Order: sequence, then structure tokens, then C-alpha cells
Amino acid sequence: MSAAILEMKNITKHFGPVIALNGVSFDVRAGECHCLLGDNGAGKSTFIKTMSGVYRPTEGQMLVDGQTVAFASPRDAMAAGIATVYQDLAMIPLMSVSRNFWMGREPEKGIWPFRTMNSKFADDITVAEMRKMGINLRGPDQAVGTLSGGERQTVAIARAVYFGAKVLILDEPTSALGVRQTANVLSTVDRVRKQGIGVVFITHNVRHALAVGDRFTVLNRGQTLGTAERGAVDASALQDLMAGGQELATLESSLGGTV
Amino acid sequence: MSETTTAPRPDERMKQVAPWRRALIRPELGGICGTILVFLLFGAIAGDSGMFAAEGVLNWTVVSAQFMVIAVGACLLMIAGEFDLSVGSMIGFAGVMMAILSVQMGWPMWAAITATFAFCILLGAINGWLVIRTGLPSFIVTLAFLYILRGLTIWGSVYFTRQTIIGGVAERAQGDWLAALFGGKILGGLFTWMGDAGWIATFTKGNRAGQPVIDGVPMLVVWAIGLAIFGHWLLTRTKFGNWVFAAGGDAQAARYVGVPVNRVKILMFMFSAFCACVFASCQVMEFGSAAADRGLLKEFEAIICVVIGGALLTGGYGSVIGAALGAIIFGVVQQGLFFANAESSLFRVFLGMILLIAVIMNTYIRRIITGER
Repeated sequence: MSAAILEMKNITKHFGPVIALNGVSFDVRAGECHCLLGDNGAGKSTFIKTMSGVYRPTEGQMLVDGQTVAFASPRDAMAAGIATVYQDLAMIPLMSVSRNFWMGREPEKGIWPFRTMNSKFADDITVAEMRKMGINLRGPDQAVGTLSGGERQTVAIARAVYFGAKVLILDEPTSALGVRQTANVLSTVDRVRKQGIGVVFITHNVRHALAVGDRFTVLNRGQTLGTAERGAVDASALQDLMAGGQELATLESSLGGTV
Repeated sequence: MSETTTAPRPDERMKQVAPWRRALIRPELGGICGTILVFLLFGAIAGDSGMFAAEGVLNWTVVSAQFMVIAVGACLLMIAGEFDLSVGSMIGFAGVMMAILSVQMGWPMWAAITATFAFCILLGAINGWLVIRTGLPSFIVTLAFLYILRGLTIWGSVYFTRQTIIGGVAERAQGDWLAALFGGKILGGLFTWMGDAGWIATFTKGNRAGQPVIDGVPMLVVWAIGLAIFGHWLLTRTKFGNWVFAAGGDAQAARYVGVPVNRVKILMFMFSAFCACVFASCQVMEFGSAAADRGLLKEFEAIICVVIGGALLTGGYGSVIGAALGAIIFGVVQQGLFFANAESSLFRVFLGMILLIAVIMNTYIRRIITGER
């Protein structure tokens, strides 16, 4: 296995008296999908936001390619190659796919003050990149609002990959999706991983995690409960770890082991 | 449009979209239909009233141009997700400030105009800054400025001149290069030639006998067309235009990808103030005077033009060309009812109805775009 691209060592984050993260260690290597599992309130969101530069850790060390870094803003994280795809905030529905794809990084041509957006270039790239991800657009001017939830996630992922992400953080990409759309997003994750990008897949759905994950880390009450390799752990073990053990065990027996 | 190497596989779940339905998605469509409709309507009911003779055309063109100037500013701001209700008060304020500086203080006209523009654009920036910093709806912040500016205008006017109408601007503007940019006329020669050729009517009596009834295109009209072209270009062709859409569509999502949303919004507030100043300057130069009650209700009229033009009140969608067409509809209806000798109070009934239809249409269009049911 290659060395870690992004490494988080003993991260703690306090919000006043609240200890949101209490010593979380996590790393992601090129070409792997590392799943971060946790129930609601486990500290997943805080951890993602720390990785993507929204929060600064109270204590702990962040390394990108072995170098210590401190991100002041999401822009810094993006510049270092860490891209985050948020569940709802990925796209603007009223704007076209092409305009969304290039938002914030529009290609330009011409001489100031007559510099314009290079729409043809932008449209061509958008259509080509979307086809690579398996989405055939009606046209680059199709509004994102007409795409399904899974397709929107895919546009956001394609955008991050095109702009040179080394690490892709996906915040619950499948939680609001149907079966088929979930399958599409998971296959996108697989495709991205094969391009040598490290994927951090955040979810509370064990089955989705097991479908694509190479390694699994469980977060519970602000702490990591260890990392397991693929094949070394099964669904029920992960489920138990996420819930912190006992309660779910009793629940599960009453439901006949279907949770 | 790009060449597709493999033909896109049609999705069996998508119904074939009718061309008319696709055309509906263009925000200008409502404006185009509305414009054709009002011209047909007034061509029928006021066709022989002189509305479409040279003088009549100039009459409603100037009124439409007034609406257009402020509608362009309001349109870009609304697409960026904000409102400016202080436009009307800003018009009154700018006019009176200009008149006090030039007539009372004796500044040269160009200096008075420049200072007024600078100060009003600063006020626009303050509007925007307050909206961003407080996180309050721009509706409330600019409503406060509607009252503050109107009050200051009346107070300033009375304090400096003991009256609410300040005359004598025309004399001060005589021969001033910057004043000519707002109060002048162009293409005078063309109209003289057209008058000589007998295409447009000429005066038959008085000391202007033989001259055409129109002596040129007012600069206001030039400004209106110029601003509309600039606004359309900015919005649809440039990177900044993409940021305007993004800021209004979803500010948070835009911030996450690095769009400077706050800067975009503040700049649009400043542009709205600039448009109000253009309006005020042209009006002051045309009348040769400023009055403290000018620009009343203009903020709503600007918003109506923008909405008729297909923009969504919630931001993120709209068109400057649509807003410009909305201004033409507004101007033609207002002056057309006058030419048709209709009861002038009916104008408001008509306007209210157009507004209602436009908003209902826009809601429907939004559903088509976003695929909601």
C-alpha cells in the first residue's frame, strides 16, 4: 500500500464546553476508499469540516503528503487538493450543468475589459467529463434541477476530480437516494478510486460502506474505535461498533437481525 | 453547442419535450410575447391617435427608457438574490444633491454630477454591506433607506433653498460636457434629413417651422439601451455573470466553491444605485430642475418590470433583456392608455393584472426548469 495522502493525527475539537472530537486519527491513501462510519452525533460532520478547512482543530496534526498543514479556509484545503462534496449543497438547481460545473473557476478568453467566459470550451469539457462518469446530458445547458439526486452528486464528483482533487470527501452521498441511484454513485466512487484518488466516504449505512470500502473506521462519541481492513470485518460487527454495542444488540434480536 | 461523438441514448422515462415547452424555459419568452401583445393591442385601439407617429413613438420610448434604466439595475440585483427598495428615494436624493451642489454651492455641473454619483454609489455599498453584515433581508434594510433618503432629501432641499423644487439647473448645465451626456440629444441631423425627406412630420408654424417635430434621440434612451446591452453581456457572457446567478441561486453552495458572494452582492447594490443616479441625472437635465418628491414608487415599478421580464423574486434566475422588454411593456401600456383616451386610473388595474399573470407564469416556468411537480 502506498503512503497516506491525507493523515489526521489525534484530532480534537472543542466547541466551548462541548468536546466534539476527542482524539480522532484517520488517514487516506491514493486509490483507496476509506469509509468513515458513525451514527448521528458521532462527530462525523465536525470531522469532515475539519478535514475540509471549515474548522481548525483544537489540537492534533494534519499532514498532506507528509507535510504538516493548517487550513485557514475551505479554499486552502481545495488548493491542497482536498475537495468536499456536500450532500445538499453541491449544486444550484436553476443553473445549467455547465455553469455549475465551472462555478468559481470559469474559463475566460479575450482581453480585459471585454473578457468573457469561454462557453464553448466549458460546455465541451462538461459534456466530455459527464460522459466519462456515465451520464449523457441532453445538452450542457440542461438545468441541474432536471437531474436526479444521484446524478447531481456525480456532477459534483466529476467537478472535483476534473479540478485536480487528490482526496475526495463525500458527505453521506447515498443517504437520500434510491436503490438505483445509490448503485450509480457507488460505481462512480469506484471509478474515481481507480484514477488514483483517495476517497473518504462518510455514511451511516453499513451496506453501502461494505460495497465499495477498502478500509473502515468507526467513529463513536467523538472517538475512533479502530480501523479495519476489507474482509476483516462484517456488517454486524460494524453496526455494533457504530451503535456502541449493547442497545442495538437487544433491538436487533427483537427485529430478527434485519437492521 | 458541442459535437457529440456518440448519439445520446434517449431516456425511455423522459417524455419528448415539445419545442414550445423548451422555449418557455427561456426567461425572456414572457417578455417577448407580452411586448408583441401590447403593440397589437394598442395598434388596434390607439392606432389612429398619433401614438405611432414620430412624436408619439418618442413619447412612449422616453417613458420606457426611464423604466429600463432602473429595471436593469433592479434585475441584476434581484438575480443576485436581493432587492433594493431605496431606488425611488435615491432618485429624488441624487437630483436634489446635484441641484444644491451646482445651483446653491456654485460647483460646476460636472463636479456636482460626479460627486453625486460617487456619494450615491457609496450609499449603495452601505446598503449592501448592511445586508451582508446583519444577515437581514435586503427588503427591510433598503426599506429603511427608502425612508431615510426621502426624509434627508426633503430636509436638505428645504434647509438649503426653503423650497422642495430647485430650479435653475438648466442654466448651470449650459455648455457643460458631462451634463450633455445626460441631457443632450443625438442624431439630430438624421431627423432633420428625415423631416426634409417628408418621412416624419415637421412644424408648419412658429419660429421652428420646417424643422422636424423630433430634434434628436434623448441621451436617456441611449443610456437605457446601453445599460441593457451591458447588463445582458455581463450576465450571460462573463465570469462575473455566472457569480451573479450563483450568489442568487444558492449563496452557501456558491461560497463552498469559492465564489466571492459578498463582493458580488455589494457590487450589485452599487450598480443599482448607479442606475438610479443615471435616471436622476437625465431627469434633472430634462426638466432643468430637481424636486424632492421625484422617483416616488419607482422601486416598485422597477421590480414590476423585472418580474414581467421573467426573473424570479427568489433570485438566481432571470434576464436583463426580459427586464428591458418589461420596461417597454410598462411604458407602452402607461402611455398607450393615455393615447387611447382611457381613464388613467385604469392603468393601475391593467398593471396589477399584468403583474399577477407574470408571477403565475414565472412560478410555472420554475417548476419546468427544476422538474418539480
